[in-house]
Amino acid sequence: MLQTIRRYGLMLVVRPLARLLFGLDVIGKEKLPAKGPAIIAANHNSHVDTIVLLCLFPSKLLPIVRPVAAADHFDKGGFGSWFSRNVIGIIPIKRGKASRSEDVLAGAKEALSRGEILVVFPEGSRGAPEEMARFKTGVARLVEFCPGAPVTPVYLQGAGRSLPKDAKLLVPFNTTAVVGDPLTWSGSPHGFIDELRARIEALKTQAPPLKWS
Amino acid sequence: MFSDVSLAVISGPLLFGFAGVLALLILGTIAAFILPTMQPGKWTDLGPRMRSWWVMAALVGGALLAGWQATAILFAFISFLALKEYLTLAPTRKEDRLIVLLAYLSVFLNYGLIFADSLFDDSYQIYLVFTPVYVFLIAAAAMAWIGRTDGYLATVGIVHWGTVVCVYNIGYIAFLMRVPDSETPAGAAGLVFFLIFITQLNDVAQYCWGKAFGRTKITPKVSPNKTWEGAIGGWLTSAIVFYFLAPSFTPLAPVHAAIMGLVVPMAGFFGDITMSAVKRDIGVKDTSHLIPGHGGVLDRLDSLTFAAPIYFHLLAYFAIERF
Repeated sequence: MLQTIRRYGLMLVVRPLARLLFGLDVIGKEKLPAKGPAIIAANHNSHVDTIVLLCLFPSKLLPIVRPVAAADHFDKGGFGSWFSRNVIGIIPIKRGKASRSEDVLAGAKEALSRGEILVVFPEGSRGAPEEMARFKTGVARLVEFCPGAPVTPVYLQGAGRSLPKDAKLLVPFNTTAVVGDPLTWSGSPHGFIDELRARIEALKTQAPPLKWS
Repeated sequence: MFSDVSLAVISGPLLFGFAGVLALLILGTIAAFILPTMQPGKWTDLGPRMRSWWVMAALVGGALLAGWQATAILFAFISFLALKEYLTLAPTRKEDRLIVLLAYLSVFLNYGLIFADSLFDDSYQIYLVFTPVYVFLIAAAAMAWIGRTDGYLATVGIVHWGTVVCVYNIGYIAFLMRVPDSETPAGAAGLVFFLIFITQLNDVAQYCWGKAFGRTKITPKVSPNKTWEGAIGGWLTSAIVFYFLAPSFTPLAPVHAAIMGLVVPMAGFFGDITMSAVKRDIGVKDTSHLIPGHGGVLDRLDSLTFAAPIYFHLLAYFAIERF
């Protein structure tokens, strides 16, 4: 029931609205995974990024597309938590204060085992608008756990202008998503992360120039 | 509430025009099925291009039939999308987000003045100066107030250029719908139909003449595919069609129809190369991928951004009592 509402809500309300406000241009849409388990890894500048990525998928895949999101931000309890978990479909993940014995990736691993498509932002945080920060290694551990899951790099541009970190006003600008060829597990966590980052950097050249200073 | 008023004015010429467009759409769609099988690899974007033409024709045709309110709302959306494309690509600064939001607000105010035309008589006078003068003053002052000085002059100019081209000039199309139906043979909708038909015909005719006879480049740096042969062939084709159809769609005297037939397609041509210059300056081929096979809203609208105000002003000067 809730899944049906989520699917049609995203399809009939969120997607048309997002198209109106953010354009949602996409280059290389055919490279997106058509089934799970799979991982989408993108650069991160804005809450709008998650919406843009969700809207790239055909509606029949939406029930299995799960953004991995920071628990300290999106899972603080109350309505916000309910909305993030059930409507956006997030898998909460602990940042920083987690204890050593706890596997913070457990939720994400379960989702991969269920054959779902994870959306991850390896930078771990939105950071400065339209700039890419250092990548964290969580995504390498996930793909090491589930080597059958291809990791599709996506470069996102523009959402950091519409709604940068700490901004109160949402300003419509068109966004572009450039989808790259999927990577598979190489055996080395750091090598994998470096390769992923290089791929996303390389996709940037296909996006329209961003003249914003 | 307004359907019985507007339905009454679906005149013969307008029905004929719609039928003509329908015939062209069907012909194009048949071509999109046949040509790719005859020359595989070529004509690949004709299919999506034709599908987009159907959607655009249905939207504009439907709005014209529904009346001036629907037309104003449709073109307000189109202006917003065009302005968003422009402001996404044009250089702006981190401090300008609020100014960009104000630029979007000008879409509401600009089209609001078309609605206000039923409330007070001076609405058109205010329309004429609102975007060119007052948006200019407010944007310049607001950006000075925000206080970042490097790049100030360039950004003020960029923002104002966008609002004039995407909002003010396009708004004239919707304002044409406020011409009283008694003043024109095919109603106000006929005037709008004729403008859009002629500018799109001009684009297509230029392309066909250029394909057939094009040799000498006309603007090698700005738009290298355009040729003198294409531009002149398209221009004369549009001028002749304009002259012969003008009595059905406009209240123009023959001499005025001849003048407008020459001027309006030429304005369209200059709108086209102006947008090409902007795209080349920014370093993009299309302004977005919103319309499959065509590019962005601005790519489709480029010739109208120049043709619309000139068509409106010349009509008002030659024939329309209301404006």
